Amino acid sequence: MTLIEGNALHFSRRGFLGSAAGLSFAVAFGANGLSLIPEAKAKAAAGKIGAWVRIMPDDRIIILTPGAEMGQGSSTGVPVALAEELDADWSKVTLDWAPADAATYGYSRGSSRSMVIAGSRAIMLYYDDMRIAGAQVRKVLLQAAAQKWSVDAASLKTEPSVVVHAPSGRRMTYGEIASFAEMPATMPSISKDELKKKSEFRLIGKPVNRLDIPPKVNGTAQYSIDVHLPGMVYASTVHAPVQLSKPESWNDAEIRAMKGVSDVIKLDMGVAVVADTYERVIAARNALKVKWTEDAKAAGYDSEEALHKTYAAMSHDAAAPSTSVKKSGDVEAAFASAAKVYKASFMSDYGYHAQMEPLNGVARFNEAGDTVEIWEGTQAPDSSRAKIAQALGLKPSQVIHHQQYMGGGFGRRTITDYTIEAALIARAVKKPVKMIWTREEDIAYGMFRPQTYQCLEAAMDKDGKISGWRHCVVGDGGSLTYSGIKLESYYGIPHQDIIQRGPSHGIRLKHWRAVAHPFNLFAIEGLVDEMAAKEGQDPFAFRRQRLAMPEKALRVFDMVEKMSDWKTKRPEGRALGLSVSERSGSLGAGVVEISLDRRSGKIHVHKVWAAVDGGTVVQPEMARRNIESGIIYGLSSVLKERATFKGGAVEQTNFHEYEVLRMSEAPEEIHVAFVDSDAKPTGLGEIGNPFISAAVANAFHALTGKRLYHMPFTPERVLEALKA
Amino acid sequence: MVAFNVNGKRVSVDAEDDTPLLWAIREHLKLTGTKFGCGAGLCGACTVHVNGEAVRSCMTALSEVADASVTTIEGLSPDSSHPLQKAWIAEQVPQCGYCQSGQIMKAAELLAQNKSPSRAEIVSHMNGNICRCGTYTRIVAAIQRAAKEA
Repeated sequence: MTLIEGNALHFSRRGFLGSAAGLSFAVAFGANGLSLIPEAKAKAAAGKIGAWVRIMPDDRIIILTPGAEMGQGSSTGVPVALAEELDADWSKVTLDWAPADAATYGYSRGSSRSMVIAGSRAIMLYYDDMRIAGAQVRKVLLQAAAQKWSVDAASLKTEPSVVVHAPSGRRMTYGEIASFAEMPATMPSISKDELKKKSEFRLIGKPVNRLDIPPKVNGTAQYSIDVHLPGMVYASTVHAPVQLSKPESWNDAEIRAMKGVSDVIKLDMGVAVVADTYERVIAARNALKVKWTEDAKAAGYDSEEALHKTYAAMSHDAAAPSTSVKKSGDVEAAFASAAKVYKASFMSDYGYHAQMEPLNGVARFNEAGDTVEIWEGTQAPDSSRAKIAQALGLKPSQVIHHQQYMGGGFGRRTITDYTIEAALIARAVKKPVKMIWTREEDIAYGMFRPQTYQCLEAAMDKDGKISGWRHCVVGDGGSLTYSGIKLESYYGIPHQDIIQRGPSHGIRLKHWRAVAHPFNLFAIEGLVDEMAAKEGQDPFAFRRQRLAMPEKALRVFDMVEKMSDWKTKRPEGRALGLSVSERSGSLGAGVVEISLDRRSGKIHVHKVWAAVDGGTVVQPEMARRNIESGIIYGLSSVLKERATFKGGAVEQTNFHEYEVLRMSEAPEEIHVAFVDSDAKPTGLGEIGNPFISAAVANAFHALTGKRLYHMPFTPERVLEALKA
Repeated sequence: MVAFNVNGKRVSVDAEDDTPLLWAIREHLKLTGTKFGCGAGLCGACTVHVNGEAVRSCMTALSEVADASVTTIEGLSPDSSHPLQKAWIAEQVPQCGYCQSGQIMKAAELLAQNKSPSRAEIVSHMNGNICRCGTYTRIVAAIQRAAKEA
């Protein structure tokens, strides 16, 4: 790996690997997981080794971070775990992006390794490996100091970035040690009990400033859209309004005659215009008239009609083909013997990621045309590199990948369709290319959170306990429609039958922050609240008494009940709503306080309280902000966001039609608290999102006595519900 | 060719008169701290100052800034020392960071007009700037901090 100008090294000074001075530790994965071995030996042994930590004689410590940074903070959070066990002075740490090489820098996933950062799991997946790596480096430093002073290594301790021999009062900084130490032939092994105890943490659980923030307040943080290369040209792609239609012909001569336009390139799913400036690309793009194939699957698709007619019918049609998601116990018997059965149906619309940075990529081939350099912001640098290579007919080793900051990811950027286009264009024009989709293109060729129709039934036994649960999800996209149905994480319901029915529309679909959890929990917690109300019980009491909640769930519910001061009466016109939250191993409970403008139908959420069990919280301040972010993202989709298709095309074109939450619509107060836990970290980037839908709907019921069954709760739907 | 001042420096950009100021700044002058978000004046990511007033550079034609003084995030302070930049770090506001140049430039206009804005004044002034990571409550806190510490 070499570092090249434009590699977004705002973390560290350049020359990480170029420098000969200092101790460098390589990372290698063997049968026992990650281990650190001397770099020289590692290179000889495997050839696929890069340095992970480098300690410089001037005391700087450079750590490569595999935490793809889309705003969640794990570019800092992951290295914190290593720095903790290394006992590093954080003020001396700089970061660098880890190369897109999963064999070296990935976490283990089954039998393979991956660098995909999704599901808010970066810290969770890298935590153990990072701590052991840090502890190993510290041990090497201790051994080197012990040798130098001719003392027993066991008599040495460390303070941040300093080795201390207490009996003699001698001290040596890590940098000083790095200037003379030699790497051992084999790295020391670390047993679990050599790792720090929670009480010894200096960084984990303490506020550590994110290293990506200073460049984000002065414009120097580099996103791929900011890359400039000598001789670079600009491009943008037009895709069909009806997704996955292919270009047949276009007004080629007219476009080529436009000022600055150098090429018009046919891609599989679109037409790219290339020009010397981006404003000329836009002008050409606007003048482009493409004839598209008309046999795409999405042709004629009407999403609202599908939802209200096809989906609704399918959900009740026992003969419609279905896939079993989960079956446990004896559901038929539970319903046959039920004292009462509660039923409800819920709908949710398509969602668009709306990351602030329109998707883009920069590509440059070498003169021979056998190596391409890529600059992109991606959640999956390793698979992106492989996919780009595949699209070009190259080997991954012929793709040099430069990770950049992402202007938002939210699940959209684990697929690199945008950068593949940049690479194909660069090959065609034999020049470096910056390809930027317009916002309109980013929406039209978006990959959406699928719409769903959910049909639920709960069986209540003669003791008033919920004993059976039927849940049918109708929607396109398989697990994208049901990932959030994980009742066992919070309720003990012995008999469950969860099924999915999947119509298919030829619309591009994708994981969206917290995937199906936001609308699955809308349905689950909507029905739970409805049952509580009909049984005349407080929502907390109902859950505790009738839903056999496990200990972990009871804890977060107890916490949020106290935090929100649930039993205290609210001012006139305000009401509270409650919901559970679950995602990526974390569990939470949230309460919202809302008011309603009955004339306009606008709901406003004033306050939010969330209690979260995320195991060990490596960076509490960062996690808190991440959860706030999830809450706002969730609220945006609950109150406003909807994508619709007519005649097979997305109807919304920009932020005036695909509306997202603005500052005046954000809660005035958000309170987040964590369960004090020693358990391994679990994902926190998406735990703020899932509960907000049901919490708002349930608060709406508390305020008005009416139920909302279709998210988002647009003013129009709210007014309709009030009339019901 | 249009000549104007950017961050105190005289520049001239060889582009058509109707070129959006955004692309002149980002691609011709390589001041990439100003961001492209929507290209339609809807999100505020491209906010810069023209003669001290916050404008959407994606909706401002190059010819409109002839001889004007344009300030971008790179010129707000020489060393990230503007009270808002310090407050943004103290409150750890940015997440993905992409909208934050626009947020800070919009907030700088507010503080130049109003030394101690109320929460309602902040919200009303900032409401046109979208933050998709939802850092809104932190932005409010940072503006209040900057007003106090300036």
